[in-house]
Amino acid sequence: MPDERIRKVTMPKWGLSMTTGKIMEWLVAEGDEVTDGIDLAEIDTDKIAGALESMSDGVLRRIVAPAGSDVPVGATIALVAPAEVPDSEIDEAAAVAREQLESGVVEEVAGPTVGSVEVDGRSISYATLGDGDEVVVLVHGYGGDKNSWLFVQEPLARERTVHAIDLPGHGTSSKDVGDGSLDTLARTVTGFLDALGISATHLVGHSLGGAVVATVAAAHPDRVRSLTLVAPAGFGPEVDADYLRGFASATSRRELKPHVGKLFADEGQVTRQLVDDLLKYKRLDGVSAALDALLATLLNEDRQAIDAAALLNEVRAPTVLVWGRADRVLPAPAAEALGDRASLIHLHVVDGAGHMVHMEAPSAVVAAVESAIKEV
Amino acid sequence: MSQTLPSYAGSGLDDKSLLEAYRIMRTIREFEERVHREFATGEIPGFVHLYAGEEASAVGVCMHLDGRDAIASTHRGHGHCIAKGVDVKAMMAEIYGRQTGSCHGKGGSMHIADLSKGMLGANGIVGGGPPLICGTALAAKLQGTGGVGVAFFGDGASNQGTTLEALNLATVWNLPAVFVAENNGYAEATSSTWSVASDNIADRAAGFGMPGVIIDGFDFFAVYEAAGEAIQRAREGGGPTLIEVKFTRYFGHFEGDQQTYRGDEVARARETLDCLLQFRRRAVDAGHLGTGQLDDIDAEVGTLIDAAVAEARAAPKPTDADLTTDVYVSY
Amino acid sequence: MARTISYREAINEALAQEMERDQRVIVMGEDNAGGEGSPGEMDAWGGVLGVTKGLYDRFPGRVLDTPISESAFIGAAIGAATRGMRPVAELMFIDFMGVCFDQIFNQAAKFRYMFGGKAVTPVVIRTMYGAGLRAAAQHSQALYPLFTHIPGLKVVVPSSPYEAKGLLIQAIRDDDPVIFCEHKLMYDVTGEVPEESYTIPFGEANIAREGGDVTVVAIGRMVSMAMAAADELAGSGVQCEVIDPRTTSPLDTDTILESVESTGRLVVVDEATPRCNLATDISALVAQEAFGSLRAPIQMVTAPHAPVPFSDALEDLYIPDAQRVANAVKATVDWER
Repeated sequence: MPDERIRKVTMPKWGLSMTTGKIMEWLVAEGDEVTDGIDLAEIDTDKIAGALESMSDGVLRRIVAPAGSDVPVGATIALVAPAEVPDSEIDEAAAVAREQLESGVVEEVAGPTVGSVEVDGRSISYATLGDGDEVVVLVHGYGGDKNSWLFVQEPLARERTVHAIDLPGHGTSSKDVGDGSLDTLARTVTGFLDALGISATHLVGHSLGGAVVATVAAAHPDRVRSLTLVAPAGFGPEVDADYLRGFASATSRRELKPHVGKLFADEGQVTRQLVDDLLKYKRLDGVSAALDALLATLLNEDRQAIDAAALLNEVRAPTVLVWGRADRVLPAPAAEALGDRASLIHLHVVDGAGHMVHMEAPSAVVAAVESAIKEV
Repeated sequence: MSQTLPSYAGSGLDDKSLLEAYRIMRTIREFEERVHREFATGEIPGFVHLYAGEEASAVGVCMHLDGRDAIASTHRGHGHCIAKGVDVKAMMAEIYGRQTGSCHGKGGSMHIADLSKGMLGANGIVGGGPPLICGTALAAKLQGTGGVGVAFFGDGASNQGTTLEALNLATVWNLPAVFVAENNGYAEATSSTWSVASDNIADRAAGFGMPGVIIDGFDFFAVYEAAGEAIQRAREGGGPTLIEVKFTRYFGHFEGDQQTYRGDEVARARETLDCLLQFRRRAVDAGHLGTGQLDDIDAEVGTLIDAAVAEARAAPKPTDADLTTDVYVSY
Repeated sequence: MARTISYREAINEALAQEMERDQRVIVMGEDNAGGEGSPGEMDAWGGVLGVTKGLYDRFPGRVLDTPISESAFIGAAIGAATRGMRPVAELMFIDFMGVCFDQIFNQAAKFRYMFGGKAVTPVVIRTMYGAGLRAAAQHSQALYPLFTHIPGLKVVVPSSPYEAKGLLIQAIRDDDPVIFCEHKLMYDVTGEVPEESYTIPFGEANIAREGGDVTVVAIGRMVSMAMAAADELAGSGVQCEVIDPRTTSPLDTDTILESVESTGRLVVVDEATPRCNLATDISALVAQEAFGSLRAPIQMVTAPHAPVPFSDALEDLYIPDAQRVANAVKATVDWER
């Protein structure tokens, strides 16, 4: 019987299509103390580079897959256990893990299940992970999709049901956005809740998605238990309008890559696959029209058109904001810009993260969401 | 066996239409005669192939056509262009290679076209037209417009594989098409009696499952009647027809052709068979038109052609900026 | 949602989705349905290799079988295009261009220019190319260079199911005449293809693999040869940048030049025979525009100057393979003055 106190560190499933990951570098060594949330290793997949965070406390007793290994999702790559667990137990567990790696037989890791519902005549795709009574709905930003929550959905889903949706015009949802207004998008979210029979939920939104969920919370306070806004649109006039327009109009890798780079504090996080996937998305029928329609909602000439602070004045639910200090697309606002309820809104600014803070510093975002949930 | 229809007068054309027919034929004649003279000065670039003598064919057929219909032509295309309504001045400018030409100087005599008028162009490739007309006829059929496609081609093209394939396809697909074989006796310098294996081009029609008729090409009314029947058949879904029009061309294959291969048929034709002479005779004798009316038309046409030449010579040529434009719709 | 389908299915799907979306799109060719006039069933073949199967029933009156008269029906497709239709005609084997080339290169290609910018000829001619099926000399050629040479035509050579669907939808929506070249050996190759309709712009190369040591430009099926060679070479520390031009006309010269300016070495892999093919075309372009960046002579990997042989023993020698590509890459890396 393997000692129950031995915790396996496994290759995570970041996103629906990930099947393997490459361990670029171990950030801790055998014998180091680790705590829940610290970075253990740098992992590269086709789509993204990210840091694997520890899910438990203890000592890193054994590294099973060294740096440079390509490992299937779900495979054990290290073992964490309290110092008291004897080495012999660790050796045994490590041997089993190594054998699994070599044979290539790995337990299926259940990623999110994908489904779709009809809302207002549009097909809305969504990915669901976890099953708890608490429900969280994640809403992506401009040009994104449900996969952008890939580092955040899993930790949140440990005790909750977490749905990540594709807004109209995005991902695998219908590409028609109608008038592209915040109201249309907000109605899609409430329609989604209705379709799944969700009476009340915690809402999380990024960028444009942040303004969307704020709109929902303002219009339907009874249905929103908490609100977490990740670098949301609508706080203050400043915005990198060139980025938005450039992203919308780019038709080649050469044109798109520099814009995608602006999303991250570290441009090195932009992989070829990420850009290629964005290009494939932008080539789909209807996407160009959708992105153009949404630009009109986001921008008034070179300034932000949305007034999110006014929306927040109508929101009753506990509200948390998370922002990357190095956000080059939407700069973090001053406290005054948060509106009348500024004193009730918690603003966390994360060092070393840009506009995609939920991908660059996922644990900070997870912590922010959990703090909002706890406040209820 | 193909039918040889006798020519007749009393076509059912009203006076207005008769005048129109004469005007168009006269315009073609004057246009070609004038180009013949101007070409000799050396000012017109490239090759021209003149239609003088054959006017009854183009006009007799095209008077039945409207905006639903398309035609394809040959290298000897000026007559078909004028008969289908292409602007005469723009045509002259095109022949002179000017920017103001129908094709902005980029096509020349052999490629004058106006797609807005259903004129798919004169064609530098012998036999290039018939397959295209199968296409325009197919489009008309699928679009349900009642339109027809008319392919004009010569005795030379009647031996070209593309023409024979097109005849077969038109019957197999039951297309609203009319094939007009303009047999002027020569394909370049070779006589059609030698190069066409059957006695008549129209004899081939049966081989392709369609009716064939032989028409005296100097007789406008004969052409008009036969074309009317064929076009009506096509419009009503009765499929294609092959009309062989027999006549002679007054000039060489191309301007500059010494025509040593010919006999004296041109002189004879001009004096006794000429389509304009015959038309005048019939229309005036039958009491429909007055000589004065026709003379007036002659004079007006003369003025028009003079103006066309003068304007063409004065017009600018295309420039370097035009060299690589319009290769594609989108680059 | 993207899912795995074959090159054949991707092309069929592109046709079906466009025919659904635009009534003007019609399909014609020899046995594109099959069975016309016969006592047995209609749509018996759906194209000689089944690419157009199912369209006949789904779009009544818009899938036309033809007699074996390429001049006539290719010409008809072109003529119909000038009158508002958007035909997709099939020239069954690119080797048959000889019997209809005039309609393509003297008529369709030249209308826009000759008629002073007033003609629009939105015809697509789909055709099969390439060796490997033991179909011998008259059914195995890669003749896209001949079409590439002609101003007024656009020429597309898709290298995967994803490319095939997006490029064919683009071709049907494009207003110029397009020659769409499908490698006959690739019909069963599978790949991820979105269910939704999408387009891929012409004149934009795909960088199939990034690498800093050698630029490898490959056409159509040769892209997978180049990728296989690149994988093998990575093991010995040589990183290849594999570029798939997608369209030979228009050609994305910027991407190729940018890559060579960075790597200094070029290998071009083209299944077509070596005189006046894409390898010579691209090599000359690079030699003229990026001469200063070159650190070694350009290598061309092509078929030999010979008709395609029948015997499998010979045909397998004829077609460029990953090993030959790898050898050419090594030649540029090892070259010393």
